[in-house]
Amino acid sequence: MNWRGVLVYAENYSGRIHRASFELLGKARELLPRISGELFAVTVTSENKAEEYSRELIAYGADKVVEYVVEENHLTNPLIHRNALIDAIKYIKPKLVLVPATPWGRSIAPRVAASIGTGITADCLDVYVDDEGNIVQVRPAFTGNIIAHIKTLTNPVITTVRPGVFQVPSPDYGRKGEALIRSIEASGADKLRVLRVARVKTVKLSEADVIVSIGKGVRSREDIKLFEELAREIGAQLACSKPLVDMGWMERDRQVGFSGNIVKPRLYIALGISGAPQHIAGMRDSKYVVSVNIDPSAPIAKYSDLFVVGDIYDVAKKILQALRNLK
Amino acid sequence: MNILVLIKPTPDITKVRFDVEKGVVDRGSASLEINPFDLYAIEVAKRIKRVFGGFITSLSMAPPHAEPALRDAIARGVDRAILLSDRRFAGADTWATSYTLASAIRKLGSFNIILCGEKSVDGDTAHVGPEVAEFLGIPHVSFVTRIIDVSVDKVIVESDFGEAYYEVELKLPALIALSRPVIFRDEFIEPSMPKVSDVLRAKKAKIDVWSADQLADVADVSKFGLNGSPTRVVRAYYALEKGRETRVVKGEEGVNMILSVLRETGVIS
Repeated sequence: MNWRGVLVYAENYSGRIHRASFELLGKARELLPRISGELFAVTVTSENKAEEYSRELIAYGADKVVEYVVEENHLTNPLIHRNALIDAIKYIKPKLVLVPATPWGRSIAPRVAASIGTGITADCLDVYVDDEGNIVQVRPAFTGNIIAHIKTLTNPVITTVRPGVFQVPSPDYGRKGEALIRSIEASGADKLRVLRVARVKTVKLSEADVIVSIGKGVRSREDIKLFEELAREIGAQLACSKPLVDMGWMERDRQVGFSGNIVKPRLYIALGISGAPQHIAGMRDSKYVVSVNIDPSAPIAKYSDLFVVGDIYDVAKKILQALRNLK
Repeated sequence: MNILVLIKPTPDITKVRFDVEKGVVDRGSASLEINPFDLYAIEVAKRIKRVFGGFITSLSMAPPHAEPALRDAIARGVDRAILLSDRRFAGADTWATSYTLASAIRKLGSFNIILCGEKSVDGDTAHVGPEVAEFLGIPHVSFVTRIIDVSVDKVIVESDFGEAYYEVELKLPALIALSRPVIFRDEFIEPSMPKVSDVLRAKKAKIDVWSADQLADVADVSKFGLNGSPTRVVRAYYALEKGRETRVVKGEEGVNMILSVLRETGVIS
């Protein structure tokens, strides 16, 4: 059997295509000359959105868009998406399948790999083709401490890729492409029912440009206001390390770290965070890191561009005062 | 309720040292303990048992020196701990690991609910839970932040899909992969240290160790371990710190430096 081309799973259960899907189309275009074949995008959609999605996916680089038109109540059912992706792989026989490593993608893709009987590599930071023409996947392990290069011996190669590692290509709405409609059975999907959206996230740290992050150096829940004010004044998102979430002082969506959000803002300001490995795993790719800590031996120092030894309350108040004087 | 908890014995990530040259873990530097995410699975299992009664079995695949971690699981409330341990299981990727775990689950019989942590601190994949569910042909939900309700034939959970939290109903049997922190009904779950009496009881408990041969009647043994793994690590290295040249300053100078960084990065004008 001849496995050719690249298949990108376009995540759109929320009603819009996740930008990570476009990033993957961009990367796939770049890899395609070494893999040969065509670039396919696969999506599950309601009838009224099918045309809009295919136009968009072609503009971002897809040659062919395979669309599974389903009933409205099936759009958020992960088992339907699983069925669609399995059908698409059997139909297209791609060499490489790229899926965004969002919580959604990391839930569906492994089921597909298990069902097809092929290898899957999680949360990759890069994918390349080596000198022998093998697809190699690069991923962190051990809470970000080890980087591994992984080859897949079976077909297709299934890879989930961390959102934000590749650029979104600029769309070309003049590009020509083809849309194919396929149908799937809803078999097995009734074992799971998505009842409703419980809570929409108020903050998405992974997309934040500037972050003020607080840790155990904050002495009481009341005191968070001071740092909230600092974040607001400089147009930053307020974030925190794990202990503040464990104490119930901050919501989980604001937690930076291995078990929270992996961020890479332009500027990361860590206040009273010592720098446990699990926190470092969440912020080490920030462009510029400032940290303030009373303890000169805090491990976060070596991950910082600027390390200020001092009292976080004092520093925060003085910065706020200086900003007021500027106005 | 027949409850199964998947437990991965992992090195303590705050203590483990790395062989920077070889890009591997210095195995002697930290003993194996229960993967921190899996502690929440044990806590949820205990609460389900409290409501319905039943039995909690834990299943792990690890080298023999993982036994203390399994005694810890028993001290924390697991009724029976099974350790799949054999050289032929070694080197397994997520596919082969899930295949092996699913085979053992089939051998054990049927379960109403299977619980695990969302991912492990060493593998970081979050793939084993969903792959096990697929091999067993049951539904699953990953990244579960709340168990809203459990009844004899279904469970309602809240899960982080990425864009938002969704309320999902699953028919049992099903697999639930738990995030942390996690809420059970209205209770904020925090794993606590086991009591001394439970630790002593666990010391005497029997850990069932199963070899590959013991799964031969329910599985294809050629699909275990490195042999059965469709992926191969071709290179690994230590993720060195980005070459940041840390500038260390104190007090007042620090405030001025931060202000100039804010200006240089265009955060303030």
